[in-house]
Amino acid sequence: MFIIKHKKIFISFSISLVVLSLLSLLIFGLKVGIDFKGGALTEVVYTTLRPAQADLDTALQSLELGSVLVQPTGNTGYIIKSRDLNDAEHALVLKTLSLGGKNELTETSFNSIGPSVGKELTRKAVIAIILVSLAIVCFIAFAFRKVSRPVSSWRYGFIAIITLLHDVIIPIGLFTILSHFYGAELDTLFVVAILTILGLSVSDTIVIFDRIRENLNNQVNISKSNFSEIVGGSLEQSFVRSICTSLTVILVLLALFTFGPVSTKYFALMLTTGMFFGTYSSIFLASPLLVLVEEWQKR
Amino acid sequence: MSKTFKKVILAIIVLMFGAGIGLFVYKSEPKLNKNFETERTFFKNHPFRLGLDLSGGSHLIYKADVSGVPGDQISDSMDALRDVIERRVNLFGVSEPVVQVQGGGFISGGENKLIVDLPGITDVEKATAMIGETPLLEFKIERSKDEPITIKPGKDGKIDAEALNAQQQFVSTELTGRYLQKATLEFDQNTRAPNISLQFDDTGTKLFAEITKNNIGKMVAIYLDGLPISTPVVREVIPNGQAVISGSFIPTEARELVRNLNYGALPLPISLLSKQTIGATLGDNAVVAGVKATIIGFLLVISFLILWYRLPGLVAALSLCIFITIMLSLFKLVPVTLTAAGIAGFIISIGIAVDANVLIFERIKEELCSGRSVTDAISAGFSRAWFSIRDSNISNFITALILFWFGTSLIKGFALTLGMGVLVSMFSAITVTRIFLSLFNFVGDGKVAKFLFSSGITR
Repeated sequence: MFIIKHKKIFISFSISLVVLSLLSLLIFGLKVGIDFKGGALTEVVYTTLRPAQADLDTALQSLELGSVLVQPTGNTGYIIKSRDLNDAEHALVLKTLSLGGKNELTETSFNSIGPSVGKELTRKAVIAIILVSLAIVCFIAFAFRKVSRPVSSWRYGFIAIITLLHDVIIPIGLFTILSHFYGAELDTLFVVAILTILGLSVSDTIVIFDRIRENLNNQVNISKSNFSEIVGGSLEQSFVRSICTSLTVILVLLALFTFGPVSTKYFALMLTTGMFFGTYSSIFLASPLLVLVEEWQKR
Repeated sequence: MSKTFKKVILAIIVLMFGAGIGLFVYKSEPKLNKNFETERTFFKNHPFRLGLDLSGGSHLIYKADVSGVPGDQISDSMDALRDVIERRVNLFGVSEPVVQVQGGGFISGGENKLIVDLPGITDVEKATAMIGETPLLEFKIERSKDEPITIKPGKDGKIDAEALNAQQQFVSTELTGRYLQKATLEFDQNTRAPNISLQFDDTGTKLFAEITKNNIGKMVAIYLDGLPISTPVVREVIPNGQAVISGSFIPTEARELVRNLNYGALPLPISLLSKQTIGATLGDNAVVAGVKATIIGFLLVISFLILWYRLPGLVAALSLCIFITIMLSLFKLVPVTLTAAGIAGFIISIGIAVDANVLIFERIKEELCSGRSVTDAISAGFSRAWFSIRDSNISNFITALILFWFGTSLIKGFALTLGMGVLVSMFSAITVTRIFLSLFNFVGDGKVAKFLFSSGITR
């Protein structure tokens, strides 16, 4: 099987993608959205032409609301990001945006989140991440509870966790780039996307590993030299299935990304990336790693 | 022969079932059914329930101050608060408002919150004013001299002088507007000044009798929205639960106050933590985009299934249709409040639903390659693929379950549709597909049969 033969190329490819993602995370950082840190987001659409951004900037500065960020959206709209606003401040901002009633506008959405709600959401997100990770690790431990040779059970589990990290880090890397260039912000849906990727991609790796162990058991005498052949054979048996199950999910996700609501665009993109690399890693990373570990063991 | 007959009957029953719920979904949807107005009420009562981000409206989160309530009564007071605000919101003619209490557990950070969803109200100022207008009525008694005064410094380390002052004079009692039965406007016979007469309910009457009994000769302060409006001196025990507030009201002010008190005085003070409004057009666009994405995603999946898996693919497409009708009718019947994230969960579940079919068909293909007959291969394929199906569904279901427990309403919508999708797909992809596929015994084992049951680019 060529994947096993050229395993070093595939493993290096994955490593470089992960390193790149981590680098972009370090360099660009993640912009935390108002879901978690609190703040207000006002979206307005002007009836005719929108005023120049510079005019709004100066007008809003005079309100002394701290830093106010104005971003154009659509053809005649703006998104205004600021700290959380009370009713009076909100009314004042709307009045300022219309430049004293001169420019007619309608407010399409307004979202103001107090700092305590943001804190609560952060706490919930952290708990959910911890619980899902724990549940997935338990699930892996359960899936590999039977002892097996020549590579011991816990190594399968360990590799499964490494591939999971790989599947999650790459979408995060992509998100930091989106965040840097298109202003995507870390929100609740980001966390949901990460957790869903964990759930979707873990089973793929486990199913392939199961097939490998099934084939190992069928072999009465495992001479250690043909371990890589058995892994290669198992891959050949299961990669079509693996690609097909992911493909159906990726198809619907692409539909969601291309045609779906604006609010779930980045969410769909993150999941698509996660799904894609989840499938990639279960075929091109997990099994090659397994063979690599076995080779190291032999030395 | 009778075995085949049974299978045919079973398949027809499943088809009829699918068609039946499909008809229900169609009939109960005003946008699809032209004769919606003349339908029976059962259909009319089950439209899709759209969340605020799809229908437009306001989402408000209030924090309730429960510091004055004993621990075991917090949930009661919160329920009372919810009832009052619900009444209030209903009075203003909001259709299907949702008022929810969120308890102060560990996860939510110990704060007791009230979540108010107002579909169709996109003016936040109006919405908050509507709720904020409700007055908070409290009865306080004089602080006894030997009781120690506890003062918490504010966040900035300073002590609020006003709070110190008010705290020194009066302490809260259990008696609040919660126990008010009715308020009426009266005019003093001598001065013609407007007075507000209050009648407490049973519990309130007992509390008031006790307060007056223990405080004869002392002042009882009546606070409205945190300010003392009247501080009469108690002369005697009042056992009948009647009290009179004689502040210096102007008649219109007094009349408004009576109205507001009757609509419901808040049993707990609340403050607005966060608010969100979504314009109706934005919501409409999201619905259109969501429906479009669902239809296109569905078409992509069934074309893939039929092109790649041929006859079994066609059967899988049919069971996917049944899956979708079951899901849609569940959304209506449970009912599930659909949000943009919820639609995303549903779309993903369409992709996951055929996973089981893919696993089964790949197994069937393997069994066919190893030389089994079509019928044998089908039954072996189903039983051998079961473990993989179980494994891949477990991990998704665990994630959905945890997200549902710990999520906010946005996450819950996603987790619910995804989790339901996983469960329903176990039924549709395995049972329904099997029933239909077992009908194809007659194709035999010829070349045509092998072609129909293999997949991909092989012949």
